Amino acid sequence: MNTTLAILAQNSAGAPDGATALINTALFYVFAAMAVGSAIGVMVSRNIVRTAVCLLMALLGVAGLYLGMHAEFLAAVQLVVYAGGTLVLIIFGVMLTNNSTFQLYRPKRLEVVVGSGLVAMLATVLITAILRSGMADRVVTSGNTYAIQTLGEALLGDYLVPFELISVLLLAVMIGAAYLAKGRRREGEGQ
Amino acid sequence: MVGLPHYLIVAAIMMCCGVGTILLKRNAIGILLGVELILNAANVNLVAFNRYNANASGNLDGQIFAIFVIVLAAAEAAVALAIFLNFYNNFSTVDVERGDNLKG
Amino acid sequence: MPGVGKRTEPPGDASASPWGFRGVQIRQVDTPTLMQRVLFHGEPGSMAGLLWNVALILLVFLPFMSVFAMLAIWGERRVAGRMQCRPGPNRVGPFGLFQSVADGIKLILKEDLIPANADAVLFRLAPYLAFAPVFAAFMALPFAQDFTYEPRVSSGLFWILAILSVEIMGVILAGWASNNKWSIYGAMREACQMVSYEIPLGISIIVAVMAAGTLNMVELGKIQSGGIHTWLICRNPFVFLAFFVYFIASLASNKRAPFDLPESESELVAGFHTEYSGLRFSMFFFAEYAAMFVVGAIQVATFLGGWNDPFGLIGYYHAKWSKEQFDMGLIALNCIGSAIFVLKACGIVLVQMWLRWTLPRPRIDQVLYTCVKVLLPIACILLLGGAIWPLIVPDTVGMPWATYNPWSVADWQKAGATGALITQGLLAILVIAIKGSLIGWVAYAWFTRKTVRPRLSEAEPIAEVV
Repeated sequence: MNTTLAILAQNSAGAPDGATALINTALFYVFAAMAVGSAIGVMVSRNIVRTAVCLLMALLGVAGLYLGMHAEFLAAVQLVVYAGGTLVLIIFGVMLTNNSTFQLYRPKRLEVVVGSGLVAMLATVLITAILRSGMADRVVTSGNTYAIQTLGEALLGDYLVPFELISVLLLAVMIGAAYLAKGRRREGEGQ
Repeated sequence: MVGLPHYLIVAAIMMCCGVGTILLKRNAIGILLGVELILNAANVNLVAFNRYNANASGNLDGQIFAIFVIVLAAAEAAVALAIFLNFYNNFSTVDVERGDNLKG
Repeated sequence: MPGVGKRTEPPGDASASPWGFRGVQIRQVDTPTLMQRVLFHGEPGSMAGLLWNVALILLVFLPFMSVFAMLAIWGERRVAGRMQCRPGPNRVGPFGLFQSVADGIKLILKEDLIPANADAVLFRLAPYLAFAPVFAAFMALPFAQDFTYEPRVSSGLFWILAILSVEIMGVILAGWASNNKWSIYGAMREACQMVSYEIPLGISIIVAVMAAGTLNMVELGKIQSGGIHTWLICRNPFVFLAFFVYFIASLASNKRAPFDLPESESELVAGFHTEYSGLRFSMFFFAEYAAMFVVGAIQVATFLGGWNDPFGLIGYYHAKWSKEQFDMGLIALNCIGSAIFVLKACGIVLVQMWLRWTLPRPRIDQVLYTCVKVLLPIACILLLGGAIWPLIVPDTVGMPWATYNPWSVADWQKAGATGALITQGLLAILVIAIKGSLIGWVAYAWFTRKTVRPRLSEAEPIAEVV
């Protein structure tokens, strides 16, 4: 019991610690490898459900990266909205729209060559730009572990208008999606 | 020591993979997955810039942006899937190459 | 926990350029992230912390979860037997307690089949994807005030819900990878059912969280430490109703009967796990029963006072003894608290089982109708009411219940007989009445039961029965 308090006091002192930095770095590389590897899997995989599983792994990796940046709430949002909601919706769509279970759509060879070339070019440009900009020196952190109160205050304070706009957008999306789905059924009945 | 460029490079690679997915997939839902990947890369960038910002301690603008992006991605996925269902209803496939009715 | 909610400001350099251009070096502050605190038990990089955590997981959580799942499976079969006027498993060990162990041995020895046309990788991955999130959800469960694996997660409740929501992917993948018509039907039902029921589930929890004012599981428990009338279910009438909305939604998101359409055995063979056998099959079962416990535990922690007893004794003596630094007493209190917590959660699990053998299964469109057109509007109205209620009746959030002696009437009067207290008292009486009637019901059933005599040895020949 008292040890917990001692640990808390030690943590809130925020002393830079060699071991802390080392472990943070190691965790970063683990999750970065997970995110990047799965992202490559998304690009390469031909089976659409495997693509979705790769995306799930990439999302979990990104959630880990968020944790590394002290964005705990955001990581949880990532899990609950992306992994638990959006991706399930997408897989649901896959199940509704596939004729056979393991149907593949193969791109043409020219498309593959041109596409990979473009992607390689883009990657080169982006990474060179990042390495050339002086941002390597920016190691300042706004390390804020217990940020959920700040986040809530900001959402209902400075960002109230975007927050409300988003709710209107979600309502519009709900109606729109329902309309599209319903129109489909009516068409089916007419035939 | 993990710095800002580390996160930016991870995000850059993820974004390239997303672009590649959009270019290389012919399944409409695969393209949607690529878009999600790009949005995630952007989110990593936003949160990283927020964390490695010199004068903003306790300022969470980047994270709030990221939350908005996540919500928008969910909305986008819902509408896109409704459109794909209609597409499938009309063409019995989600191969985007087949949606060429307006071609002369 | 004094550190919770207090933010640590990094020593920023005021003279730095706003964008931190090249050459501007500012002192690095690398604080342990949540992940690191979870891995190393708060002490960054200490091997002892890592070992302690590994030991905690291997020796406490994993055995607890497996033993609980085994006992729950046995209990479910016994409950089912009782409700159908048959004894249930009663041959292996006393009362058939070791039936699950025997079944487990059988399942381990069985051949692990992978259908020829299945997607083998996903087929293998799916059970783990269903099992791991449920196990991870134990991370923030508050068993007692000091017996919590990671007490400092400021959004602990949200974390548990988020991790639990990943479980659904395992089920969907299992159904898909089996390449079996029934499995895919099960997976699709699971997908639409779980995604829609997560919304009323989340909203009904928000109602309780609004009454409490925190998402931290330990803080939630501390707020409810002043006796039954401070439990969140008694805080205001809207939380009281949200309790039931949460219970129904949790049944559905856990694919428990009457919402067990993903594995409805009368239509879909066994639903999403039709093709699974052996150890992988048992992993789905473990995941299901562990998820039942986790969902019940969330309900206990948010609505039913967590580890606190109905008289507020644990909270009072915890505050008293931590002031006096009476460590043995605190440890004993924590043990009693965990026992109370687990017992309460088991009570909820028992009600889940009871419902499973009582209610018929609705159709999938009826299930979705219940969610979207019944539970969701109710949850939204409750959210609105829960937001307005504190404006009408001054709430008692933040009242230091733990410092009041539950035995002293004078202390009760000091707490102030506000309107909120009256509401809480009335609701507490209601809760006690409901609980009492449930317990009375069970007792009545027990005393008037018809004994089903197991007569395996003297069974009559089939020919004579016909």
